[in-house]
Amino acid sequence: MIDLSTTYLGLKLKNPLVPSSSPLSKHVDTLVQLEDAGAAAVVLHSLYEEELIAEDAMTDRFLLHADLHDGEATGFLPDHGQYQSALDHYLEHLQKAKARLSIPVIASLNGVTPCGWVDLGKELQDAGADALELNVYHVAADPLESGDLVEGRYVALLHELKSVVSIPIVMKLSPFFSSLPHLVKRLEAGGAGGVSLFNRFFQPDIDLDSLEMVDQLHLSSREEALLRIRWTAILRSQTTMTLAATGGVHGYEEAMKLLLAGADVVHLASCLLEHGPGRLSQILQDMKTWMIEREYSSVAQLKGSMSQKNLRDPSAVARLSYIRVLDSFTPRAGVWR
Amino acid sequence: MRTYLNLDGNEAAARMAYLGSEVIAIYPITPSSNMGEWADEWAAQGKPNLWGVVPKIIEMQSEGGAAGALHGALTSGALGTSFTASQGLLLFIPNLYKMAGELTPFVLHVAARALATHALSIFGDHSDVMACRATGCALLASNSVQEAQDMALIAQAATLAGRIPVIHFFDGFRTSHEVAKIVAVEPETVRAMIDDTLVAAHRSRALSPEHPVIRGTAQNPDVFFQSRERANPYYDAFPGLVQAAMDRFGELTGRQYRLFDYVGAPDAERVIVLMGSAAETAEETVEHLTTRGEKVGVLKLRLFRPLAPAALLAAIPATAKSIAVLDRCKEPGSDGEPLYKDIVTAFAEAAADGIRPMPRVIGGRYGLASKEFTPGMVAAVFDELKAAKPKRQFTVGIVDDVTHLSLAWDADFRTDASRRLQHAVFWGLGADGTVSANKNSIKIVGEATSLQAQGYFVYDSKKSGAVTVSHLRFGEGAIRASYLVEEGMAGFVACHQTVFVERYDLLAHAAPGGVFLLNTPVPQDEVWASLPATMRAGILSRGLKLWVIDAYAVAQAAGMGRRINTIMQTCFFAISGILPRDEALAAIKKAVDKTYGKKSKRLADLNHKAIDVTLASLHEVPFPGLLEEGAAPIALPTPVDVPAFVRDFTLPIYRGEGNSLPVSAMPVDGTFASGTAQYEKRNIALEIPVWEADLCTQCGKCVFVCPHSAIRARAFPAEAAAGAPITFKHVPARSKDFPAGTHISYQVAPEDCTGCGDCIEACPIHDKSNVSRLAVNMAPVAPLRDAERDNFNFFLQLPEFDRSLLKHGTIPGAMLLDPLFEFSGACAGCGETPYIRLATQLFGDRMLVANATGCSSIYGANLPTTPYTVNGAGRGPAWSNSLFEDNAEFGLGMRLASDQLMAYAQSLVKEMASGIGGDLAQALITADQRQETGIRAQRERVAVLLQSLATSKHPRAAELISLAEWLIRRSVWIIGGDGWAYDIGYGGLDHILALSYDVNILVLDTEVYSNTGGQTSKATPLGAVAKFSAGGKATAKKDLARIASDYGHVYVATVAYGAKDVHTLRAFHEAEAYDGPSLIVAYSPCIAHGVDMLYNQRQQDLAVKSGHWPLFRFDPRLEEAGANPFKLDSAPPSQPIKAFMDSETRFAMLARSHPEAAERLLAEAQKDADRRFKGYQELAQRATDAPKGDLK
Repeated sequence: MIDLSTTYLGLKLKNPLVPSSSPLSKHVDTLVQLEDAGAAAVVLHSLYEEELIAEDAMTDRFLLHADLHDGEATGFLPDHGQYQSALDHYLEHLQKAKARLSIPVIASLNGVTPCGWVDLGKELQDAGADALELNVYHVAADPLESGDLVEGRYVALLHELKSVVSIPIVMKLSPFFSSLPHLVKRLEAGGAGGVSLFNRFFQPDIDLDSLEMVDQLHLSSREEALLRIRWTAILRSQTTMTLAATGGVHGYEEAMKLLLAGADVVHLASCLLEHGPGRLSQILQDMKTWMIEREYSSVAQLKGSMSQKNLRDPSAVARLSYIRVLDSFTPRAGVWR
Repeated sequence: MRTYLNLDGNEAAARMAYLGSEVIAIYPITPSSNMGEWADEWAAQGKPNLWGVVPKIIEMQSEGGAAGALHGALTSGALGTSFTASQGLLLFIPNLYKMAGELTPFVLHVAARALATHALSIFGDHSDVMACRATGCALLASNSVQEAQDMALIAQAATLAGRIPVIHFFDGFRTSHEVAKIVAVEPETVRAMIDDTLVAAHRSRALSPEHPVIRGTAQNPDVFFQSRERANPYYDAFPGLVQAAMDRFGELTGRQYRLFDYVGAPDAERVIVLMGSAAETAEETVEHLTTRGEKVGVLKLRLFRPLAPAALLAAIPATAKSIAVLDRCKEPGSDGEPLYKDIVTAFAEAAADGIRPMPRVIGGRYGLASKEFTPGMVAAVFDELKAAKPKRQFTVGIVDDVTHLSLAWDADFRTDASRRLQHAVFWGLGADGTVSANKNSIKIVGEATSLQAQGYFVYDSKKSGAVTVSHLRFGEGAIRASYLVEEGMAGFVACHQTVFVERYDLLAHAAPGGVFLLNTPVPQDEVWASLPATMRAGILSRGLKLWVIDAYAVAQAAGMGRRINTIMQTCFFAISGILPRDEALAAIKKAVDKTYGKKSKRLADLNHKAIDVTLASLHEVPFPGLLEEGAAPIALPTPVDVPAFVRDFTLPIYRGEGNSLPVSAMPVDGTFASGTAQYEKRNIALEIPVWEADLCTQCGKCVFVCPHSAIRARAFPAEAAAGAPITFKHVPARSKDFPAGTHISYQVAPEDCTGCGDCIEACPIHDKSNVSRLAVNMAPVAPLRDAERDNFNFFLQLPEFDRSLLKHGTIPGAMLLDPLFEFSGACAGCGETPYIRLATQLFGDRMLVANATGCSSIYGANLPTTPYTVNGAGRGPAWSNSLFEDNAEFGLGMRLASDQLMAYAQSLVKEMASGIGGDLAQALITADQRQETGIRAQRERVAVLLQSLATSKHPRAAELISLAEWLIRRSVWIIGGDGWAYDIGYGGLDHILALSYDVNILVLDTEVYSNTGGQTSKATPLGAVAKFSAGGKATAKKDLARIASDYGHVYVATVAYGAKDVHTLRAFHEAEAYDGPSLIVAYSPCIAHGVDMLYNQRQQDLAVKSGHWPLFRFDPRLEEAGANPFKLDSAPPSQPIKAFMDSETRFAMLARSHPEAAERLLAEAQKDADRRFKGYQELAQRATDAPKGDLK
């Protein structure tokens, strides 16, 4: 019997596959399907700072201060007290999810500014969240903001959130840090329970007809797993914190690789959006098959077995491999020769 | 224990009405709409009535509909009520006769309002309720917010006991909108007042098949009369039953009312009799005068119908020698107003019977349409009663220099009560939250202290940049002042907008030694010098303390954007000392939590933060003790070159001096010159568009979308620009259609622009090297204003381009036509006004406009100005508003008159043909005037005709001279909103559509009642949240256009200029050219949709692309030509309806309040959109024999 169990933020999970924050988690029925398919935990869709701000602006303008018009119109939309804020909606969803699922439910907060919104973490905790994912979705585009300040923003938000909640916190990071291990160490010192590697930034695109920037959501590709494999392998050697890998996992191959590199859990989103919950069962089955064929008995046994410190050649995940890869590239026949 | 409430009169009355009702049928009308809205809100919250059941709230298509539904509910056993005012009450009247005739108990709550006569007014007087005095309903007056609550309950108890329906009324705005601290009527009091045996008796009279009866018979001369007399005992008994209810209420609450409450000297010689809120002012004045030994008193009349003369006379001291009866209404042609005549009759009858001697009784009118009625005016009436020969009929509150009926009054008269109170006045903008902050402050003071509190809020009539003045009073004991804070009485005056400093006399209300608080971005040490000299002098002469804060900077720093209400409220409490500072701040925070609480913790936190940092930014400004020499007071600039009428009438009203205009300054019949909005120069934009002539392709789109006609385009010969201001921009016309040397200018009117930014959103041109630079870009107005003002003035003086040389069928060409509708008071970014402006550009010189009441009549003709204007020849739209419900018929009348007088003139031409000249006569009669060229030719013929008639000896020449202008075809436009077209005026509209007359009907479809605040209409789409559809409208929008097209002979178009402007243009041309009824249903985004009006065009585009608003035209002429008359002009939806619905708060909020309903209604909306589009496609694909195509 293969033991797939793993530990994530101190939570004992039956296996390492955890559907990540995506539109799938907006419906409790879908979450139940994921649990039935074998998911070990779920991360809910994010409660976005921007969503709350936009909603506040709307509420403020059209509901709370709608009576700012003229003598005849004392407001335009009825405010019958039944209005639920995005937060209330999220909390209700979280409570429903907790009531119907037996697996841990991780709530997700997504934002960048230290203006009190992370205080909402307390309410997520009270609503039953088993852990919190703090997704600091920050595009560091300000020339006056140094790398140190950028890191400081993450640490400050973590600190703010830590001060209001007692459940574990995992920080979802972007890959764009000049020294990722340094930041991870700072976060560890700041009390983070783990880090999640990596955020996939939505990239704005240009519409050639309207000449406007447009937002596009592209699903991940398997190639994206490579960045996660490298950094999981490096960080596994440096920290005992939980490491979650997210992005590019479409089959058991990426899942196994990330576990070998040292991930405690592997997140899934694009493959589930594309193929449905059955894909999760399939990956789980394929993982077992792979482990049986190679006579592994547990995930714990293989987890981190290929982290940087366990490699015969640690440079394989560092700079030297760069040269090897470039030198080995051979163009397709007929392109250059 | 007493519970205190801080609320307005509408809410106070609605609370009681709700508890005692099972069916509430309503229809929105100012100022009563809020009562229905409260009822709707409570029902949506599941709040039960007295019997534990949630009343059924039903919005009808008109007040007539509400009355009918209510009648049906009452006669079938339910307890019911309604709320209305003014014209709405008039529409109730037919049913009121019926309900009273059938002895049907119920209470109709009325926020009494002026009736439309020479003009509409939304403000308060008793014209409407007085028009009901013959209906058989009782008329019961409330004089204050407290009474609006108390009498609502007393009325309900009395009507159940006596079966006479009661019209319970209080003064519109003055009481309906005054916020005051009142003692709540507790539920057990309501329980004790409503006798369930009487309720059961009402129910036992219900129509029921279990024990059937027949009601509503037709009666003949033999018995009708006797039947009418049969109910007399009920009327005889009713005053006693009302008094009994008042007595019972007095026992339960300690507040004892009487049918006629007398206050004053027991031995009064002079007595005023009146009802409504003015009775409170009269009581305050009487109290003041009697303490000075004056023998005066006031009779506060509460039950006007059925009148109880004996009780009335008994309430007036026998010592009274002269009585003044004040009516808040006017009956032209009568020898006295209704209350006066009733009192005279009562005294005359008593005198004839030898009960008491006949006193001198005089009658006066006051307070029409919320005209101020002050203690000084009360004193003036008492003075008049002292005169040896007082005026038998008089007015007070105005200066009547025509019939000299008015009394003079002392504007400086102040009562002791007024001097005991603390007064505060706040100047703000509609959008800055001043009013809501002040309402909040009243609640805080009311709840935290034993002080009484009162707030009254004065709005100007603009929908964009509206000025609000809040009048607050606080003090121990009852506040009876039902008038504005008087000049020189406010210990605290705040100005929340710096620009007002230059524009208004802000210090007039300030009391000596008081505080003037100014929100200004000017640094503290520069503020004093920055103030106008008149203001500096005013501050010094009154010994005011000047405090300043840069509230916008504080708001910005606190993350609150431009929301300054909490900050200014904090300043008020910090400076005024009305509460201990810490206590006040804690109370404001508590209020913030209550307001934002569940909706947004973040907003609550930001407000807390702002409150905390406000005090550090609030400063008292030290200033020199003397006004520097040589600083001449700055008078408000009086524009030169304005017509005398504008100088002497329009502009004084605009400056807030309308109250001082005498009767002689008024037109006798409510007729005004058009073209006056141009003189306002409201300067409300912070940013204005700047034209980049080098980039511009002269497409005209910015002109097309501008809601205020503040971007203009004109073509002119280059040489006309000689002598132009140096910054005036003009470039050669790009189109080859223009004669060589033609230049074009796009010019902004910097002082009339509202800064909505719609032009920028419409501009399709990008700088190739910088996509953010368009052919028009917004820029701060301050550095541009002076130069652009000169440029605009120069632009207006350019010669008008020959219209016949412009292509009216293209956007670039049509937008070079001068608009004859400009600078209206509509909201910034209004989605309606571009359609009206377009019509005036194309047809303005021949338009007759019938305009339904609503937004378009308010921004179209709310004094002091009108945006309808004239062209260089003095021609332009002639406009009128009759009512809300009759607009289609009103417009038809215009058509009938035009046709009839044209036929009359043509018959004269025929008769005089030999003198006129056969060819000219023939041409005058047979001229083809469908197009503008034909009309121009006819005008020339008419000019020739008039020339020849001038010397004609024909006996009917003078007759034809007076009729000749009717030989020119008039373009009749019937304009109104969806509330009119889909609901209240639909019957008339349908009738006009069914006829064949040549009228153009423009429906500005905002999908809600916009003017009264977003109530549901039959145009409201499925799934939208609107008032009375809190759970999302469950039924689909009525397809008015398709219904009209079913007639077959009606030209119909649905348009949305933001989606397809050229389609809109084409539809207007086709509709106008069609010789029959035309209907254009125009999609008009509105702030009521809960979306920023900057995105007006985007929302129109999305509405079309998602299938919410398909575009089509139905042209009967095509059918005549053998083609398919139905032309579908928009492509199959390229976006799901969800994309549209998610983008507007009216839909999006449903997902937050009723998530399951939102999901279900979204699915239904998609289905409905699919079904509708499929239906249109089928119509468009109908096989026809003839070739398809547009009309050329």
